[in-house]
Amino acid sequence: MSDIETRPSAPQIPYREMEASHEIEHIAHGAEQELLTLNLGPHHPATHGVLRLLTTLEGEIVRDIKPIIGYVHTGIEKTAEDKAYWKVIPVIERMDYLAYYFNAMAFCGAVETLLELEVPKRAQYLRVLHMELNRIMSHMVWLGTSALDLGAISMFWYCFRDRETVLDLFEMSSGQRMHTRYIQVGGVMEDIPPGFDAKVREFCAEMPGRVDQFLDLLAKNEIVLQRLRGVAAVDEKTLLDLGVTGPLLRSCGNPWDLRKAEPYSSYEDFDFKIPVGTTGDNYDRFIVRLMEVKESVKIILQCLDGLPEGDYISDNRKYVLPPRHELATSMEALIHHFKLVTEGFRVPPGEVYYPIEGPRGEYGVFLRSDGSSKPARVHMRDPSFVNLQATRPMVQDLYIADLIATLAMLDPILGGIDR
Amino acid sequence: MEIKRERLGAGADGEFRSRQLRARQMLTGDLEGADLDKYVEERVLTTTMEKAANWARANGIMPATFGLACCAIEMMGIVAARVDVARFGFEALRASPRQADLLILSGRVSIKMAPVVRRIYDQMLEPKWAIAMGACSSSMGVFNNYAIVPADKFMPVDIHIPGCPPRPEALLYGILKLRAMIMSKPDQAWRTRYGGRGTEEFVESELAIEPVAAHSIGVSGGGEGTSA
Amino acid sequence: MPDATGLELIAQELRDAHGADAVVDTTYFRDKATLTIAPPLVRETLAHLKDRGFRFLASVHGVDYYPEEPRFGVHYELLDMTEVDRITVKLRVPLDAPNVLSVTPQWPTADHQEREVYDMFGVIFDEHPDLRRILMPEDYEGHPQRRDFPIGGEPVLFTHNEPRYPRYTQ
Repeated sequence: MSDIETRPSAPQIPYREMEASHEIEHIAHGAEQELLTLNLGPHHPATHGVLRLLTTLEGEIVRDIKPIIGYVHTGIEKTAEDKAYWKVIPVIERMDYLAYYFNAMAFCGAVETLLELEVPKRAQYLRVLHMELNRIMSHMVWLGTSALDLGAISMFWYCFRDRETVLDLFEMSSGQRMHTRYIQVGGVMEDIPPGFDAKVREFCAEMPGRVDQFLDLLAKNEIVLQRLRGVAAVDEKTLLDLGVTGPLLRSCGNPWDLRKAEPYSSYEDFDFKIPVGTTGDNYDRFIVRLMEVKESVKIILQCLDGLPEGDYISDNRKYVLPPRHELATSMEALIHHFKLVTEGFRVPPGEVYYPIEGPRGEYGVFLRSDGSSKPARVHMRDPSFVNLQATRPMVQDLYIADLIATLAMLDPILGGIDR
Repeated sequence: MEIKRERLGAGADGEFRSRQLRARQMLTGDLEGADLDKYVEERVLTTTMEKAANWARANGIMPATFGLACCAIEMMGIVAARVDVARFGFEALRASPRQADLLILSGRVSIKMAPVVRRIYDQMLEPKWAIAMGACSSSMGVFNNYAIVPADKFMPVDIHIPGCPPRPEALLYGILKLRAMIMSKPDQAWRTRYGGRGTEEFVESELAIEPVAAHSIGVSGGGEGTSA
Repeated sequence: MPDATGLELIAQELRDAHGADAVVDTTYFRDKATLTIAPPLVRETLAHLKDRGFRFLASVHGVDYYPEEPRFGVHYELLDMTEVDRITVKLRVPLDAPNVLSVTPQWPTADHQEREVYDMFGVIFDEHPDLRRILMPEDYEGHPQRRDFPIGGEPVLFTHNEPRYPRYTQ
């Protein structure tokens, strides 16, 4: 029964007292300037998603900032406990809605670790291919919207043109533009169609040129330099203490990338570099992400060149649906299909944490199974959730305009933050 | 060479001749009464003010930038170049609700966000419309749980667009359906459209009439000719 | 990963330093080491592991083990970047005393994550600088991700059950 009545009372701090409970005397400068609390509310043209920021301003300088989240909390983790493992995949894809392949990969990787299921090589390469395409797409959306925040409005259309090309590729391989549930437990949903290879090569041929064009437009632009260079630099130790990973950490000089450090899904077969920044300011974050796009293109080409023949999904029929044509001839296939579709496969009890490197940092899925066909706990360690804590040291004592630019360079995705 | 003269008279040519004569009468100022009305109507595109206003409103919808979750990315897709909403005139996405007249609820509305959305909808000025884009805002979508609210529960929605997320073309189709809806129906406040009379908030101390009477004004439908 | 023997060595060191019941359990499952410790010693354990090189706290998350007792688990995922090692530290607290010492002063990354565990499970972190709900509205009652909390949601309307549920717009 629900035990809401018997829980011990927790320290309740009502909302309005939040300002009073937070000491601000130490950050007030001088007796003349008053501190103003400004609410950059959940509906704001510049916050990326519904992020609410309570900023304490002295004039135009930000002295303190409190991010308030939860405006798009969807209870995904609770929903996932209610569904069979196969059905969790579409639900968990919708967490970080720009990196859906990564969400699915982290979850499927966790389930495969628990099941000790071997993923065929071709499936691993296909997963890497689609994940790197997703990384490129995520960085394109990031660049388009960030440049929009800075005022370079036309970048939006250029970046979304590339995004549309990538979505065409996704539609070709899986039938859906977003949230494709292409990555399944044991491999991928379907083999790539003929003509996919040619189209991806066409995309990869022009993408580095496009990145160079974007760099020509923005990298030496005086406005971009003035707004991003030297702004919001945080030292590496603070970032590590705050648990920041991904391009934010790499722009400080720390080359931590799970694709190289703890390779998963055949990343060790590919030869690519990790772009690393020097000072860790906004400009470095900007350049690091653009360079990552170029490295992703290299990985995709190596994937295509080295794509092995074989199965696109594991052939262990206890966990993976048999191909349709077998259902007409084989009784076991029919029974497996029936069991998998109605109840789902059972996973041996255990707990596992599976981290991967996504466009924003370390996506980790904690999966606990109690032996039944539904997961007992699915938790996604979302990088944006942890990276958001770094906003405060970044924007301390900067202007509001720098706050907006820093938020853009932080690349928060509220779907992942709020889950 | 023989010049043939033909008399313009009966038959199909008679039509032409009578029009010519009427035009000459118009120029000399001899056309009056019913003839004058008929003449003007045939030539000048007249319409009622309402229809003109609806035409203007429907072709100049300004959506409010209100992206919540994944559907927001596809909504950004319609502003992008491939599915271009600017060809219909709707590319002016206004950030301020005071300047917008269409709220595209793109994404899942959580219980923490619902009052915020409602407040923004209330801040918009009449006439205003709302589109629930995607499965999560129309119904509960993929997630049927404690944390989200279907948009119909707290605000009136005109068009629901299914999809998870709907393609930009689907969203555009929904917006065009809304445009057709606006053009065909005379303009109405949302309370008339959805039978929300009686929910207005007045500062009771400043009312000149009884609050009960104030609330019952317009209960019968406000005179507009649709079945709200 | 510290392999099974390395894990036992770490466990032994902790037992030597803080008493025999400091470490409740050690598990080595799917190539990953896990230490289950007694809740009062969480800060010391994490400090000890920090000295051993696990300087990055990747994740703090909660689990509801209902109906097993003690019911709530809090897991700390630690990462050693130089050796590329991961280790998990787990602790269990019961429902009637769901208090855990907060590690936020030493590990600032735990700030929002502990707030999330509080919000979703009701585990109270003592000495947390600002323990408030983070994902649910501030005045929400209940802790949603507990296993006995109902999943909620709207009834799906079909033709046959529509008369039973009032329509949204009326």
